[in-house]
Amino acid sequence: MEAGGLVPAPARPIIVRPRRQSSASWPLIDRIGYWLCWATGIALCLIALAIVVFMFVKGIAYLRPALFVKSPAPSLQQSQSGGFLDPIVGTLIITAIGTVIAAPAGVALAVWISEYGRPVSLARAVESAIDVIAGVPSVVLAIFGLLVFSESFLGFLSQNAVNGSVYGRSFFAAGIVMAILALPLIVGSTREALAQVPDRVREASYALGKSRASTIRWVLLPSIRPQIASGIALGMGRIVGDTAIITILLGVTLTTEGVGSVPLIGTLRGTGSTLTSYVYNNSPAGEGNAPQKAYAAAFVLLMVVLALNALVTRLTGGRERGGRLSALRRALASRRPEWTR
Amino acid sequence: MDPLMPPPVRRIALDREPHIAPPATSPNGAGSGAVVPSEAHRRLTRPDPATVRERMRIESVWLAYGENWVVRDVTLPVRKGEVLALIGASGSGKTTLLRSLNRLTEITAGAARAGRITLEGEEIHELEVNDLRRRVSMVFQQPNPFPMSIYDNVAYALAEQRPPRGRRRRRTAELEQAAQEALRRAGLYDEIAADLDRSALKLSGGQQQRLCIARALAAEPEVLLLDEPCSALDPISTATIEELIVRLRESVAIVIVTHNLQQAFRVADHVAFMHLGELIEYGPSEQVFDRPSQQRTRDYISGAFG
Ligand SMILES: Nc1ncnc2c1ncn2[C@@H]1O[C@H](COP(=O)(O)OP(=O)(O)OP(=O)(O)O)[C@@H](O)[C@H]1O
Ligand SMILES: [Mg+2]
Repeated sequence: MEAGGLVPAPARPIIVRPRRQSSASWPLIDRIGYWLCWATGIALCLIALAIVVFMFVKGIAYLRPALFVKSPAPSLQQSQSGGFLDPIVGTLIITAIGTVIAAPAGVALAVWISEYGRPVSLARAVESAIDVIAGVPSVVLAIFGLLVFSESFLGFLSQNAVNGSVYGRSFFAAGIVMAILALPLIVGSTREALAQVPDRVREASYALGKSRASTIRWVLLPSIRPQIASGIALGMGRIVGDTAIITILLGVTLTTEGVGSVPLIGTLRGTGSTLTSYVYNNSPAGEGNAPQKAYAAAFVLLMVVLALNALVTRLTGGRERGGRLSALRRALASRRPEWTR
Repeated sequence: MDPLMPPPVRRIALDREPHIAPPATSPNGAGSGAVVPSEAHRRLTRPDPATVRERMRIESVWLAYGENWVVRDVTLPVRKGEVLALIGASGSGKTTLLRSLNRLTEITAGAARAGRITLEGEEIHELEVNDLRRRVSMVFQQPNPFPMSIYDNVAYALAEQRPPRGRRRRRTAELEQAAQEALRRAGLYDEIAADLDRSALKLSGGQQQRLCIARALAAEPEVLLLDEPCSALDPISTATIEELIVRLRESVAIVIVTHNLQQAFRVADHVAFMHLGELIEYGPSEQVFDRPSQQRTRDYISGAFG
């Protein structure tokens, strides 16, 4: 409004702010409740801070560049037991398998429930099924997965003994079960985003003679891309951090052990470890008992998960104030419709 | 008086007589004026009766939401070469009737219809629905551009089902031409020619609405339905769109719902007045505004209710 210089701004503007309400006049019980809320909030901040600071201090102290490029080795000597190259690769493989399966399946499920949802009874059933899966502890999923993947008809997904029995533990097995773990998160955020798109946008597309399918493909999905991405990032965070499925379904060998001679497929049918299982094994509770390595790996794990969380926050615009927008956010935001901003 | 700001409607009712020109004295006069024409100018540009041709026919149509019949026994012709305005108080069923013309009412669960609606003699229910909606296009009260670039908004409408340009595929010259033509017809091209690749959501409300009209025009529809297209716009954008409507009627049959009686008076050749679902009066706009035959029309036009 400066340009025209029509009306000069007041020299000493009186800024009106709402007066802070004093809690002194409140009933005692309200005041106690209020302070309890405060106390809990501060306690939570302290805990979060303690975790990050503790892991940071411990982690940095033991973190060496060599740890990222050396495979773990069986040795009681700390200097001989190698690094966590294989666990990092394992985490990447598991996350990739889980995401590649869960992302399209989750988006498709969410679109079907929100945009079609017929027959209604089936849609309700699918909704409840997703809720059930979201609530199942991952260790239960893992045990169930072991049962399934030990079936002989799924033998091609893992190692087979000479007598024909199926091992049932492999990157494939763990990755597929991880996909189930991540699915509810992706379905949830996609559905929520679809519900936010006003019906008038759909109608505008129908009014141009577009089918429901092309409306979804060319109007709805592009406009909720940030929320889909954040759902996927949430799911990845869940996969990266899960331990139970890894311990039960990945076999937890120290290094990545392929099966057969086909290069990539062989690795995926074989066993290995991830950062979570590495931390567990090297903690005082595990067999390796190399707490320093465990701290370093835990620090890396924490950073990965925090980075994924930050990505989610960025993508959904949860923290608008301050901070430069990442290139990704900007790229997505340029395509974001007003109702998601 | 400022030509952009016509006098309030009751003044028109009193002063209008001198401005009225006999119909069809100046055929094909529309489309020439680049500036906003005055009230009198608009009244001069009546369509050439020779170009007027029936496109759609609404015959004894009843429409219901569930058990509630909100349109009762309406019969109306929709013609190319002229603008038909639907007026009437809130809740009188104008939107419902309009949406039934391209079967958008079908999206609403429980909506029902009785009677015949034909497009070029064919019952619309027998046409393929997406085909029908390409031929009978609609613009809504709220501008609703898609979250894509300006160009893609139009290109999406042009293409059979998908936008023709993937993120990497090049635009074909043909498509580009057609999209520009649509934007030009909607009077938007000159303003935004430089940033066709900008997000359509960054346009002003009036520009967005003209983009929506361009989008609706892109597939060369035979009928254009406009549901209060100017109610969210400022007077200048409104004037631009009214100008556009008058210009477009030569090639497209236009039905416009409006609460703005001056607007109906300015753009419409025929006016239909609805009340509580019934069609009370239908006729040439001069007749409905000057010599309404029904008491309820007289009351509505003079502002006694609604
Ligand atoms: N989706 C719907 N479901 C049920 N009833 C509806 C629905 N849409 C409209 N109605 C009812 O149909 C009647 C006519 O509504 P309609 O929207 O056609 O009126 P209108 O003339 O366009 O009103 P306005 O001028 O306020 O836009 C109203 O009584 C309304 O309550
Ligand atoms: Mg309406």
